Amino acid sequence: MSAADMHEDNTRKAQEERLRAAWMAPRGWRYFTAVNNTRVGLWYIVTAFTFMLFAGVLALLMRVQLAVPNNSFLSADFFNQTFTLHGTVMMFLFAVPIFEAVAITVLPQMLGARDLPFPRLSAFGYWSFALGGVFVCGSIFFGAAPDTGWFMYPPLATDPEYSGIGADIWLLGLSFIEVASIAAAVELIVGFLKCRPPGMRINLTPLYGWYVLVVAGMILFAFPPLIAGDILFELERMFDWPFFDPERGGDPLLWQHLFWIFGHPEVYIIFLPAIALLAMIVPTFAQHPIVGYSWIVLAAVGTGFLSFGLWVHHMFTTGLPSISLGFFSAASEAVAIPTGVQIFVFLATLLAGRVVFSVPMLFAAGALAIFVIGGLTGVMVALAPFDWQAHDTYFVVAHLHYTLIGGMLFPTFAGLYYFYPVMRGRMLSARLGKTGFWLMFVGFNVAFFPMHIAGLRGMPRRVFTYPDEIGFNVLNLVSTIGAFVFASGVLVVIWAIARPKRNEPYAGRNPWNAGTLEWLIEMPGEDWGVRSVPIIESRYPLWDQKNLMRDVDAGRFYLADAAEGRRETLVTSVLDGDPVQCLRLPGPAYVTILAAFSLGGVFIFLTYHWWIAALVSGAICAVCILYWLWTGTAEIPEKREKNVGLGLTLPLYVSGPRSVGWWAMFITMVGDGTALASLIFGYFFYWTVHRGFIAAAAGPGAFWPIVGIALFAATWGAMLGALAANTRGSASGQRLLLILSLLMAVLGSLAGLAGPWTHAMTPSSHAYPAIVWTLVIWVAVHGAVGAVMQGYCLARSLAGRLTRDHDIDLRNVVLYWHFMLVSAVLTFVVVGLFPLAL
Amino acid sequence: MRLVPKEIESLWTLFTAPAVWAAHFLLCYVGAAVYCAKRSSWGFGFEWVRVGIGVATLLALTMILVSAWLAWRQWGFGAQDPPHDRPTGHDRRSFQGLATLLLSGLSFVAVIYTAMPALVIAECNP
Repeated sequence: MSAADMHEDNTRKAQEERLRAAWMAPRGWRYFTAVNNTRVGLWYIVTAFTFMLFAGVLALLMRVQLAVPNNSFLSADFFNQTFTLHGTVMMFLFAVPIFEAVAITVLPQMLGARDLPFPRLSAFGYWSFALGGVFVCGSIFFGAAPDTGWFMYPPLATDPEYSGIGADIWLLGLSFIEVASIAAAVELIVGFLKCRPPGMRINLTPLYGWYVLVVAGMILFAFPPLIAGDILFELERMFDWPFFDPERGGDPLLWQHLFWIFGHPEVYIIFLPAIALLAMIVPTFAQHPIVGYSWIVLAAVGTGFLSFGLWVHHMFTTGLPSISLGFFSAASEAVAIPTGVQIFVFLATLLAGRVVFSVPMLFAAGALAIFVIGGLTGVMVALAPFDWQAHDTYFVVAHLHYTLIGGMLFPTFAGLYYFYPVMRGRMLSARLGKTGFWLMFVGFNVAFFPMHIAGLRGMPRRVFTYPDEIGFNVLNLVSTIGAFVFASGVLVVIWAIARPKRNEPYAGRNPWNAGTLEWLIEMPGEDWGVRSVPIIESRYPLWDQKNLMRDVDAGRFYLADAAEGRRETLVTSVLDGDPVQCLRLPGPAYVTILAAFSLGGVFIFLTYHWWIAALVSGAICAVCILYWLWTGTAEIPEKREKNVGLGLTLPLYVSGPRSVGWWAMFITMVGDGTALASLIFGYFFYWTVHRGFIAAAAGPGAFWPIVGIALFAATWGAMLGALAANTRGSASGQRLLLILSLLMAVLGSLAGLAGPWTHAMTPSSHAYPAIVWTLVIWVAVHGAVGAVMQGYCLARSLAGRLTRDHDIDLRNVVLYWHFMLVSAVLTFVVVGLFPLAL
Repeated sequence: MRLVPKEIESLWTLFTAPAVWAAHFLLCYVGAAVYCAKRSSWGFGFEWVRVGIGVATLLALTMILVSAWLAWRQWGFGAQDPPHDRPTGHDRRSFQGLATLLLSGLSFVAVIYTAMPALVIAECNP
């Protein structure tokens, strides 16, 4: 070895030492403070699978109960809890979180990024999910689980006499988990748009990324209506505000609308990420680039939109006008087009390549077979007249399990087998995988196919038993046997994953000979993810770019070093992947765990009406979040720019639309705005359906709402002024305007509340005052949060952390106030001025 | 001044046609639902709702055609075949154009699907 080579070798070793030190996930008793995506993702996956197994056991209990007629294995009451919790856990604690879990784990690797832009937010989301999940699942051990079905229809579920505390556990526990989903959506959208490697233009991104973008976008528009519904529901249960009580102007159908505006897109929120896994697996095992990349993008985006036009097909039997049923039936049929496109793209890719048979491919093929059957019965139940016959029967149970298990569970297992080497550095046993697959595939069909027939024969879903001699016996016994075969297959795969593998060798690099960047990872992987961030010139860089792996490993690309000992990743432009910033990422922290647990405390204590405990927990949470923001975000770097390698110098601090934080605020506020829009939808829903709704009680008048609009507009103007003053370099002007706007924000919130207050509107008397109060409280709370943000900026300015050149906080808060102004004007116009126009 | 602006394509234009579908869908659904709930207080019959849906449909289809034409232009009027997978700005724009064009096609069909119930349903019922 020459002296020059030795020098290069030593430099490389020193770089690796520094990188390793910067990215090392904590060990020992600080293990759980880690925020590395690889570790948080792993916890997320393991936790979601644990919940899945728990809900699977509940399903087996139900199948035992239904195996023979007139069985008394479970009581009717416990059976109700079992099926409610089974559906709830599978949907909210497995199907949606497993998307977030897998995406957090593999998306950064696919993008050659060191991590996602907000690692602490991922960790916060995980801890929220884990705590909320344990809370909801644990309730069944105390006989307190929700028992009114996973969609919680009022009036059964709003009546505390019938539904007990279980409904509160469902509402508050799941609202808390929805926070985690929205956090993940923000993280993943910004991650996909801004953290791609240099050169990875939008036409070269892995298809998985496209699906993540679409699904995360769908979460932003689908979850907020449910959160709005949860708020109304819980206000009714806690304070007797009669949103769903027809005797006092409410309407139980409003809940069905809000629930299914969430619930139907959710089916696709579950399905698309699983199909996304197939879009990565199929090209690898066909050893051929995907045929029809643009068609997959069409299908993902098209499905994302159309899936929002399907929700009423869950409500075909509620007596809506026939033309409404027609619209939703039409959209339900139309969505079959993009769904079918994806399946044909996969088949074409397999035909174009030379297929390598393997366990992931087996699960992928099984998934397609099962899903196609579920899709066909879906086309059947999308027809209103057929649905009237099949509604609430086992036919629907069979249909939904064919779509979800074919469209989600099998692809997820395929993905698990495929990506396991990325996560743990070893291959899973092919023998166990094949055994598990066949048990699952055969068992599933034996269990669920007979349910179609049982349903057509008239067996209603959710009955805890059935009489002898009406033709259900054999079908149910067969289903039960199939369910146990299916479960044994799941256990074989779980064993393949969980059994100790210490004595087995690590897998070779890129063991499936795939083409995408996640397979750059070393076996076992280092905490840094990718040794250096490469320049990308192809959709399948490992196939097309010669020596890519060697050059990445040798640190010949960007960020090969961590000279300052900090965690860093590249931020690039949205369309063309041009590098724009070297982003410093925060490291391990306790504060995220504490923030998640104290926020969980708020929801859990509210369930039991422990008001003071909830208030204290909320205060702790607020302090945690402020501390987290103060110490971990918008940090002023020690130098303006940094050489990231290959002669490229990038800024360390950018603000406004170029920064990731601005995008996160924008995306969060879109979700927040959707929740407000859902509440306003509620207002107009009542107005449409109930004659004389607004005349039913005194209104808030026009005066205070107009004052509210004026004050919030003035606040917004003052914030613009503060930003302008700061940009001019006038710190004192900026501070003065911040104080002024803070005062006006508080007054604006109070003015909003003054409308219904001065007119003595009693929310428990009728749904009209109740919805008006809810809307103005929504705005007032947002005004108060905005005021806290203004105070925060003021404090940052006084502490020297917010300056003319370092204005991330101020720009993000101004963005918040843009949304706040729209929210306030819209709300006050609706509650104050709309009644005058009638 | 040009009638059609030269370069308006961004990431957002990808979503134009599906957004038109969504707006058309909402308009039809909300319009019909509000009419059917309040029909007694309004002095016109259901046939006008159907006419309204027809007009909205023609408008929506026109907008989708415009979006499709812009996408076709961005795609270079099909001068080059897919897959558009070279690392150039040109291929990136071609890919966006093709994907937008495909989405316009899907949205066009979906808007027609939405309008079809208005052809056969002649009253609110119930």
